[in-house]
Formats: sequence, C-alpha cells, structure tokens
Amino acid sequence: MVSALKNQKVRGVLFQILAVVSLVAFLWYIGLNTAHNIEKRGIKTGFEFLNSTAGFGIDETPIAYTEADTHGRVFLVGLSNTLIISLVGIIFATILGLLIGVLRLSNNWLIRKMAASYIDIFRNIPILLQILFWYNVVIKALPMPKQSIEIMNNIFLNNRGLYIPQPDFNSTTISILVSLCFALFLIFFIKKWSRKRQKETGEIFPVLLVSLAIFTLLPMIAYFIGGANLNFNVPVLQGFNFKGGKAISPEFLALTFALVVYTATFIAEAVRSGIEAVSKEQKEAATSIGLTSYQSLKLVVLPQAIRIAIPPTINQYLNLIKNSSLATAIGYPEIVTLFSGTSLNQVGQAIEIIAITMLVYLVISLTVSAILNWFNHKIKIKET
Amino acid sequence: MAIYKEKDSQKAPIETKGVVFWVKNNLFSTPLDIVMTLMGISILLLIIPPFIQWAYIDANFIGETREDCTNDGACWVFVKMKMDLFMYGFYPKAELWRLQSALLLFIVMITSLKLLKSTKLKFASFSLYFIIAFVLIHGGMFGLEIVNTDKWGGLMLTIIIAAVGIIFSFPIGVVIAFGRASNLPVIKSICVTYVEFIRGVPLITILFMSSVILPLFFPESITFDKLFRALIGITLFQAAYVAETIRGGLQSIPAGQYEAADAIGLSYWQKMLLVILPQALKVAIPNLVGIFISLFQDTTLILIIGLFDILAMVRITSADSNWLGLETEGYVFVTFVFWVFCYGMSKYSSRLEKQFDTNLK
Repeated sequence: MVSALKNQKVRGVLFQILAVVSLVAFLWYIGLNTAHNIEKRGIKTGFEFLNSTAGFGIDETPIAYTEADTHGRVFLVGLSNTLIISLVGIIFATILGLLIGVLRLSNNWLIRKMAASYIDIFRNIPILLQILFWYNVVIKALPMPKQSIEIMNNIFLNNRGLYIPQPDFNSTTISILVSLCFALFLIFFIKKWSRKRQKETGEIFPVLLVSLAIFTLLPMIAYFIGGANLNFNVPVLQGFNFKGGKAISPEFLALTFALVVYTATFIAEAVRSGIEAVSKEQKEAATSIGLTSYQSLKLVVLPQAIRIAIPPTINQYLNLIKNSSLATAIGYPEIVTLFSGTSLNQVGQAIEIIAITMLVYLVISLTVSAILNWFNHKIKIKET
Repeated sequence: MAIYKEKDSQKAPIETKGVVFWVKNNLFSTPLDIVMTLMGISILLLIIPPFIQWAYIDANFIGETREDCTNDGACWVFVKMKMDLFMYGFYPKAELWRLQSALLLFIVMITSLKLLKSTKLKFASFSLYFIIAFVLIHGGMFGLEIVNTDKWGGLMLTIIIAAVGIIFSFPIGVVIAFGRASNLPVIKSICVTYVEFIRGVPLITILFMSSVILPLFFPESITFDKLFRALIGITLFQAAYVAETIRGGLQSIPAGQYEAADAIGLSYWQKMLLVILPQALKVAIPNLVGIFISLFQDTTLILIIGLFDILAMVRITSADSNWLGLETEGYVFVTFVFWVFCYGMSKYSSRLEKQFDTNLK
C-alpha cells in the first residue's frame, strides 16, 4: 500500500481525483446556496425575461427598436453597438498604430522623439481615465450647435456630437458598393494569377498599379451604370440642433477616440518591434542580390516583420473589444451598458444576464484567437 | 611593365560632428524630412505653449477659495484644497496620521528589504508590514477606532487595491501556471479553462459578477464587504494574466533542467520552486511588471461598481457647489498622478529587462 502511494502514476491519478472531487463539491455547495438565496429573495430564474417587454428607450439603435420591444431585442441592439464600436476602433487604431510605429523608426530625430513621447504618454494613462477625459472635458468644451466648428462646409462638430453628410441609399450607391466588392475579388484573382505566372515564366506583373486602377475605375463606371445619381443628405441647423445627415453621438466619439488613441500605442510598439526584429543582414542580402529598396521592403523585410507584428496586434484588437465595455461609464448603449446595466436593473436576474454577457465576449475572444492560430499556422515559414 | 601614377590624395570628409551637421542630418536631410520636421514643430507649437500658458503661466496657485482663482488659467487652488480627498478619500481627518505612518513604515520596510541579507527575514519584514498597515488603516485593535472600508478612497484605495491584487494574484498565478504546465490531464484542463475564460471576458463583467453574484454563492450568514468583493474579482482576474506570463517563462526552460532536478531526487514542489521557477521568473519578470502596470490602471474600474478611487474623486470634488466647473483641473491632476506611477514602473521594467538579460551571445 505504501509503495503504491510512492508510485508517481498512482499519486498523479489520486491527486487528480482529489482535485475533481473538491471542485465538484465546491460547485455543489455554491449551487445549493445560490438556489436557496434566489428562492428566498424571490428572484425569478430562466430565460423567460428575454421575451418580456423592455419599456425603455435607447438613443443609438443600429437595428430597429422601440420601447415596446423585448429584452432579447435590447441584447441585440447592445451587441450590434459593441460590434460597431469595435470595428470602427480596430480600423482607426490600426491606421494610427501603423503610422506611429513607422514614424517611431524615422530617420528624423524630431519625428522619432514625438512618436516615442506619444507612446510613452498615452499607454501610461488608464483607458477609463482617457474615456472620461474626452467625454467630460474635451467634448463638453466644444461650442454649442449654433457656433459649431465647420469642416469643409458640410461637417459640423459641436458638444452634441459630430454631423456628417450621408449618401442617400439608391441605385447608384448600391451599384458602387457592388463594384467595390467585385473589384476586391478581381484583385485577389489577379494576384493569384500573377504569382503563378511569375513562378512559371519569371515575368513580373505590376499588380499594385493594376489593382489601384481597378479600384478607382470600377466604382466610376458603376457610378454611371447606377444612374449617376449620388445624393448626399447634408446636415442643416434647424432650431437648436442639426437635422439630416448622419449624427455621431458624443459618447461614441469619446469612446472611439480614447480606444483608438490608447490601443494605437500598443499596435505601434508591435509594428516597431516587428520591423526592428528583421536583421540588418537580411536587408543587406536583399540589396546585394540586386533588389531595389522597394522590392527589398516588400519581398524581404515586410513578410518577416508582419509575422512578428501580427500576433501581438491581434491581441490588442481583443483588448480593444474588451475595453469597449467601459462604455458603461459614459453611457454609450453597448452590451454592458444596456444589457448588464439597464436590463439587469429592471429584471434583477443577475446570474443569467451576466453569464450571457460574458458568453458574448468569450465567443468573440475565442473566435479571434482561433483565427489568430490559423493565421499563425498559415504564415509559419516552412523550412523544407 | 605598367607604370602607376600616384593619385591625388582624397579630400577630407565633410565635417561629421557639430551642431550644424547634426541638425542637417537628423532634421533636414531630404525634402520630405524638411516637411516632416516643420509639421512636427507646428504640432508641438499648437499643443505645448497653450498648455504651459494654462497650466503654469496663467494658473492660480495661491489662495483658499474659488474667488482666489482670478487668472484665466488652471485653478490649482481647487486641487490643493481638495488634496486630502484625492489622496485619502473620506477617511476621517483626525485619523489621517494613521495613513501617514503606514506610508512612513512602507519606506522603512523597503529599506529593510535592501539591507537585510536573509530571505526569511526579508519575507518576515514584508509580511509584518502588511499586518501592521492593515491594523493601522482599518483599526479595531490597540484602541484604534475602526474606519470602515466605505470611508477608504482616493489614491490610498487605488494603491491598496493594486498592492493586494499583486500580492495575492502572484502565488495563485504561479500555481495555475504550474498546473497548466503539468502532465496531469485533468489538472491541466482545469487550469487552461480558467485562464482562457478569464482572459476572454472584460474585467468589468468579472467585477459585476463579484459584486452582484458572489453574495448569492454563500449562505446569508457570510457577508462580504464591497471592497472585499472587488478585491476578489480583481485578484482572480489578474491571476489568469500572471499565470499566462509565467507560462511564457516556463516554456523557455529546457527539458534538461526538469530531468536534472528529477535525477537528483527532488520532489515535484522542490523541483518547481527551487529549480524551475527562479529561472522562469527571470525571463518573466519584465512582462510581469507590464501586467502589474495594467493592473494598476485597471483599478480605476472600481468606480463603476461604486467605490471611490482617485478617479472617482474627480467627480465628487467637482460636484462641490463651491468649486463647480473645475473638472478639467481634477482630470489633469489625476492623469498626472497615474502617468507618473505607470511611467515609473515601465522605466523600471525596462531596466530590469537589461539587468536580467544574461543571454550570452
């Protein structure tokens, strides 16, 4: 018996059984207590509440919503706002991060130092503080609607938000959108074909130039096919506020701005370390076999730099999505504000609501990490 | 026979030192460079002089009331008069000496860590400090009046939460990292699930869970303090990130180290704590400091569940009817405090990174 206990395998099995038993016992204990507490406080259980009427208004509803809709609908409104802010944030943070990361390595001393200071300043200020700062200080200090800041006569910025012209949805807009999708497909196939041709014949096809041409020409042709009727709905000052056009709320502005400024610092660092990680010898080797500096950047440096920079960048995208939940501090109606906030206060079923909210983020995170793993595997340098 | 003519000696290279050369080479070397430099200078001119004008030249430093802020610039009198709130929250004024002595003892403790040689004594001094600090701040013993946690606030609360979070999340994180690296499938999957779950959800949902749902998990006889619930949430959240960082360190340890430790007959815990962990920590420490910086920043989230950290104090102090409209000063001050702490820590971590870089190339 004693010798059996000293056997590592036996001990491993025993230890695992012990761990499982204590975990199950702990969960059992929690479950019993929770059931008891819920019953005693008269809290309902189950997911019936998703079908009950919410009865409160929401300011920003990307999908149709009225006060008569259900909590399930509230959940969908919150989810779509979360996805919108994440997508917009990711796009702008990538652009700004790339820019700062490249400037960080500039030969110009002043620009290099400014990029470094930008990173040092904004990554060391908590994101929640930045959100509150943009919302409570900067946007509040903007002028009233009547004295709005005008940009190019059609864009207006004031303390109620940003007002931009919006294209009318008609046959022209549809045909332009379709042509853009078509252009993307076409470019994808041209790239594939040119790579194949280069492998077989060694001839290089000017993919970039042709792609640019396709990308500008196709929408132009589509504009005329669709009836050449591109109409912009321009915001106009009426009474105390602007009507028409697309209104972007102060909450959305503050949240996006803070998320972009904060996340861009981390993306910039990822970009910088990616480029710096490509050794000098690689660039010298590229020059010595006669590649031009553009070719060496495109064919030698960037492919290696991207492999290093992309995983941390995608992690930052995940952080941005999770940080968007801080919208609850300024009341932008995304999933945490609406569902874990207003709906929870009305319904009182904390366990179900918080579990659903967590599940949403978990699904997003796991999906993104699955994509990341697939991507990492795909771009792995295959040494044969 | 070829005849070689002596060539003229080459000109000496153009001056490669001096201010003019440096400026030309680093700021104005190409046309694009010139444009960028000019743009950079104009951006700086747009931001820095107005800020200095507002924050220093036109600012008000002297006085005690709103009326003393006569200049156009910042009203730092507000921050000065509300300093106690920003630092200590609603902690009773008569008891502030307790916080100040806790701070003083902190410096004593840090010096003792530097001076003491034995690890056991260091550990003793470290733990003793936290017991004394708790007694001092919370009271209830040695005739000290109890100050409930709802009175705690300001920078003090921020630091308490960050410190407790760091101290407790570290050992939990180490154990989870070991579990994740172990070859027992059940243990491993429990740890992986925990880490991936926590890292997949935002901290705010964990804080909601610990403040709303946690009390439901236990019998009514057990009641949790609001601050204590927040601490549980933050510690459990942070532990997952610590575990992930330490796992990175563990992965860098070659298998030979494990085998050597086994070969000399060390037990599992001896092997992990004496051989593997010290080496893994060396790799992981710079990243751990990064994790702790983000923990420090994340403490601001407790204002959403109704605790009053230094950021929450901005809203409270500027709601005072005698000092309306001074939110900007409050936010700038708090931003400065956070920035100093986080920047200091990040500089410290890059110094550690160099110090620990024993990679012999």
